[in-house]
Amino acid sequence: MQNGRKMDAPSLPETYRSILTIRRFEEHLLALHQEGLIQGSMHLCNGQEAIPVGACRELRADDALTATYRGHGWAIARGLPLPDLFAELMGRASPLCGGRGGSAYLCGAQYGFLGENSIVGAGVPIAVGAALAARRDGAGAVSLVSIGDGALNQGTVGEALNFAAVLALPFVVVVENNIYSEMTPIKEMVAIDPLAQRASGFGIPSVTVDGNDAAVVQAAVAEAVARARGGGGPTLVEAMTERLVGHYTGDAQQYRPAGEVEEAKTREPLTRLRAAAGQELGAELAAIDKEVEATIEGAVQEAMRYPRPDPAGASLGVYVE
Amino acid sequence: MSSNAATGEITYIRAVNEGLRWALREYPKALILGEDVALPNGPFGATRGLHGEFGDRVIDTPITESAFVGAAIGAAMRGYRPIVEIMFMDFTQVAMDQLVNQLPNIHYVSNGGFRVPLTIRTQQGRTPGSCAQHSQSLEAIFAHVPGIRVGLPSTPQDAYDMLRSAIASDDPAMIIESRALYASRGPVELDRPVDPIGGARLRRPGEDVTIVSWSRMVGEAEAAAQRLEAEGISAAVIDLRWVSPVDHDTIAESLERTGRLVIAHEANRTAGFGAELAAWATEERFWDLDGPVARVGAPDIRMPAAVTLQEALLPTAESIAETVRATLNAAPA
Repeated sequence: MQNGRKMDAPSLPETYRSILTIRRFEEHLLALHQEGLIQGSMHLCNGQEAIPVGACRELRADDALTATYRGHGWAIARGLPLPDLFAELMGRASPLCGGRGGSAYLCGAQYGFLGENSIVGAGVPIAVGAALAARRDGAGAVSLVSIGDGALNQGTVGEALNFAAVLALPFVVVVENNIYSEMTPIKEMVAIDPLAQRASGFGIPSVTVDGNDAAVVQAAVAEAVARARGGGGPTLVEAMTERLVGHYTGDAQQYRPAGEVEEAKTREPLTRLRAAAGQELGAELAAIDKEVEATIEGAVQEAMRYPRPDPAGASLGVYVE
Repeated sequence: MSSNAATGEITYIRAVNEGLRWALREYPKALILGEDVALPNGPFGATRGLHGEFGDRVIDTPITESAFVGAAIGAAMRGYRPIVEIMFMDFTQVAMDQLVNQLPNIHYVSNGGFRVPLTIRTQQGRTPGSCAQHSQSLEAIFAHVPGIRVGLPSTPQDAYDMLRSAIASDDPAMIIESRALYASRGPVELDRPVDPIGGARLRRPGEDVTIVSWSRMVGEAEAAAQRLEAEGISAAVIDLRWVSPVDHDTIAESLERTGRLVIAHEANRTAGFGAELAAWATEERFWDLDGPVARVGAPDIRMPAAVTLQEALLPTAESIAETVRATLNAAPA
């Protein structure tokens, strides 16, 4: 997180480290799932990491962030501790939700992370409410919500976009267009291209950018955040990307054309950064590979130290009073 | 809307208005959101004068129940104390994802990280000529959902008090008013302390049967009790007030004396909240019962608009009295 938008773009190795951390996190989850240490399905974001990494660089501590069930990358980019996240997903008594949120519905109140959401599009009106709160607080904070391409077909998203627009709230929507609406090609589910056009019907400015380049995402979000902080109302940023894995962990992906994922791997964020690094920075990236691996393994070990939640606590906390 | 009405008789809807005014004065972070609540002063006048007095803390929303309930949730998560008006209970169904999948989960799933001190105000029930989509009594749906408190005031004083209890609570709460009672008048003490949520009220003591009711049907139950008294039957009437949490103790206390239980509500019988109370009585108070528990409710039929048809379906003082008589006469075959 940084304050203001005039910060220099982070160096290539820094970006590489941020994206790789999310990628390795997701890969370790799969391994933990196979070992039986994580139960239930998960929705991984492999290939889409540059979007949260770029976007969260423009957020301040007092901004609100809301994500979807494919939200691990957003949680990490927002600064939620890796051991806490692993513990939450492993059903342990993490400081985040004490194991009550799990992979698809975790949050971090102390990090301004209003949470993931397992109902497609449902986080958008809630994030609009955070924008309403931010506007009333008058400190220039914004509310940013990430959704997928498929969520733009939910009525509640349209309702919320209109609400944010008509009140000119400090609100930023980042649409991660990974070309699949869950397991159906998004182009078969909408009659417009690009999707971002839909914002114009609500009077919301929009832009479609390369979501596999963190710097490009950051620049687009910077402009949107500046507009929001300055009282200019909401913006929709559509970030084009590709999912390198299934919709969820049990997805055999039979609906994807042969070779699609292999081709996507030639243009995914890490491949690109490695290519851009060349020989000059190659050794530095190799060192980062090792460091991130060690960080992730250490985080898993730390997560294992959290106990299982006390079953007696399951019935507590439905109400404050 | 002068404040010297401290002990006078006012209407139910005016009591709601006073409760909202109290909230905006008491809590700087209280907001009101809903359709036509600001400049138009509310479709039923609940928010009359509040936009003038409190400005942009009273917010007209687009006709988007899902968006404004969701927005109120988000604002509550960020420290505000929103009060949302959903114009008719029937319209809650448009926002069910926010009301059921979102709102009641947040405090629990965040392990206490977030509080959602949100109050939903709505009103329900049939009035003469109201159509099938403006007539339903759906309190049982929300009573079924853990994480949201649900109250149904039957008097102007309760319209004021229960609303304040809901707003003062740090938990999500829904206050379901009765449109049929909006013009009813009663004494309202405006300076009472704020009660915590919960608590039924014994409206009339009795020895032979306990009638439990809520909202508009409390008046019908009291009228039934008067008729029965003339026949030598002493009926206790309890205003349940809150269907979440339920004050079982007040019912149990009366049941110990009367041994007979009749539950009356305007909602359809099947899976209405009366079924829950009947199940509770047989599970927990079986040995206090001298006979079967009986329920009075609308039959499982949609609500027609024509008054003659509506009146054929609605429970009344007479149908409650008749059920009581049948209950007292019930004997093993």
